[in-house]
Amino acid sequence: MKLQLPFRNSRKSLPSAQRGIISLADWHKRRIRWSVQSLHAVTLIGLLIVGLGPILWLAKAAITPTQDTLRQPMALWPNGFNLDLLVQTFTKVHIERYFMNTVWIAIGSWICQITVATTAAYALSVLRPRGSRILYGMILGTMFVPSVVLLVPLYLTVLNLPLVNIKLVDTFWAVWLPAGASAFNVVIIKRFFDNLPREIFEAAQVDGAGPFRLFWSIVLPMSRPIVGVVSVFAVIATWKDYLWPKLVLPSLALQPLSVRLPDLEGGIQLDLFLASLAVATLFPIALFLIFQRMFLSGGALSGAIKG
Amino acid sequence: MSSRAEPVTAASGVRKRRGLLTWVSRDGLSTFAFLLPLLLIFGTFSWFPIVRSFVMSVQHTNLVSPPTWVGLDNFATVLADPLFGKSIANTIYFALLALIFGYPIPLVLAVIMSETRRFKGLYSALAYLPVVVPPVVAVLLWKVFYKGGPNGAFNSILGNVGIGPIQWLGDAAMAMPAVVVEATWAAFGGTVIIYLAALLSVPPELYDAAEVDGASILQKIRYVTLPHMRGILFITLILQLIATAQIFTEPFLLTEGGPANATTTVLLLIYQYAFGSSLGGHFGEAAAISLMLAAFLGVFTAVYFWLTRSWSTES
Repeated sequence: MKLQLPFRNSRKSLPSAQRGIISLADWHKRRIRWSVQSLHAVTLIGLLIVGLGPILWLAKAAITPTQDTLRQPMALWPNGFNLDLLVQTFTKVHIERYFMNTVWIAIGSWICQITVATTAAYALSVLRPRGSRILYGMILGTMFVPSVVLLVPLYLTVLNLPLVNIKLVDTFWAVWLPAGASAFNVVIIKRFFDNLPREIFEAAQVDGAGPFRLFWSIVLPMSRPIVGVVSVFAVIATWKDYLWPKLVLPSLALQPLSVRLPDLEGGIQLDLFLASLAVATLFPIALFLIFQRMFLSGGALSGAIKG
Repeated sequence: MSSRAEPVTAASGVRKRRGLLTWVSRDGLSTFAFLLPLLLIFGTFSWFPIVRSFVMSVQHTNLVSPPTWVGLDNFATVLADPLFGKSIANTIYFALLALIFGYPIPLVLAVIMSETRRFKGLYSALAYLPVVVPPVVAVLLWKVFYKGGPNGAFNSILGNVGIGPIQWLGDAAMAMPAVVVEATWAAFGGTVIIYLAALLSVPPELYDAAEVDGASILQKIRYVTLPHMRGILFITLILQLIATAQIFTEPFLLTEGGPANATTTVLLLIYQYAFGSSLGGHFGEAAAISLMLAAFLGVFTAVYFWLTRSWSTES
């Protein structure tokens, strides 16, 4: 009898469609439940230490004087607070300049990626001119070339654009334009366009819409979800990129955060350095908290990998 | 019947025979306009550099003097460089360590996390948090943790139990594992999220059926869960291997390839050949290494999929 009652209650909270490895019958064996629950507790504590720990340490170090961090790095409560450090990241390090550079690079790369990917996918999926299969094959082919192959020749290309002889190095264009050559973007947007109902296109054509009108007023508004996914990926990739912007943006005035931060190390006090690292982490963490469901649903990620 | 069919064939005949003028005025020009960004951007920044890397690998190019053809000299130079073998050994060592540290952890975590009934979102948010930290920030932060003195963050923890101080990044034997631990920390969350999604696709009826046959929890994991995850496990494995073969930011910022070249990976060597201060400007040699690495990865991936083709398709 004792077993029956919680059995019914827990069945309500656990619809059979969502059941996992452990069955309800297992769950009601005390030994199993105890060990599973303690396993979960250990996992949660472990994740708190490993996942959150370093970030909390950084947050603490960002308002702790250097001497404190050096003498007792693992002290839970610092001897003194120095909130001025956060102010100094702006007044001394001028972190906002590099932050704005990162933002500009992200915006430009995003525009370039979305423009290339949507127009190409539209041409290849909807307009389908002769030879588009070969073109699509050439795009797919670049996905199998590891990025390391491109590093050196791409650098020489932005150093002196062939045919037109323009030097892109030390301008944002050197980051913006190569970002557009993403086969991954074209492929997932094309696959999305492929699945849009053709009847709507035909109806629009009957109503007299030309290819531009069809693209701008029908296809683009219908593909907001996939454009959103590609946009988030584009911004994250820009935020993470280090080697390429380091190579093509040598002048300080253009460098993004990721390039500037390693050069700061050693040049300034440790406390101010760690405060700068903390400020640089704030924005991505804020983005993550806002778009948490999109990141964690894994739908976009696993879809991309399975494809 | 025949009179009805006539206009159709006539129309299609007209469509076939339309001239250049109608093609341009109808939709040819607009199609071309839509293809233009693709052709320009991919042509300049993808297709052309790929071809160029082949050309560069048989040229002597250093930006100062005009390029000269040198045949396979670049490959010979690189193969004779003792650092080339060392960098390959280092990269394989890195990949193996990353496999040992990094491959089982996300799987075990995902299986445990998928069975939680409360705070599910909290678990995955915590696991994903390191992925959100920009890689450069993560590397620089861990560099502070790895500080060698007795007051380094890790050394002060170990000091409490009487171990150390350890020269994490200064010791040739410790440097690579230290780099791998940092890289694993930065990446495991992403894999956990992929596995969690894959675990949702296991049909619950299979667990019911396994229970009817009297399977224990571990047996259910062994005979139901893991076989269903096989496809995604094979793909994450090859993706991880391809990614570790091209590792750069972590060793570059943590150790700069040192101490005594113990963490010089293949990509670091390419960087040194092309952009380093001492070697520098040897673009042909750098292209030669890149191509060899790409060829190896291509063959490796093909063999991998050929070997695993029978396991990953059946489910």
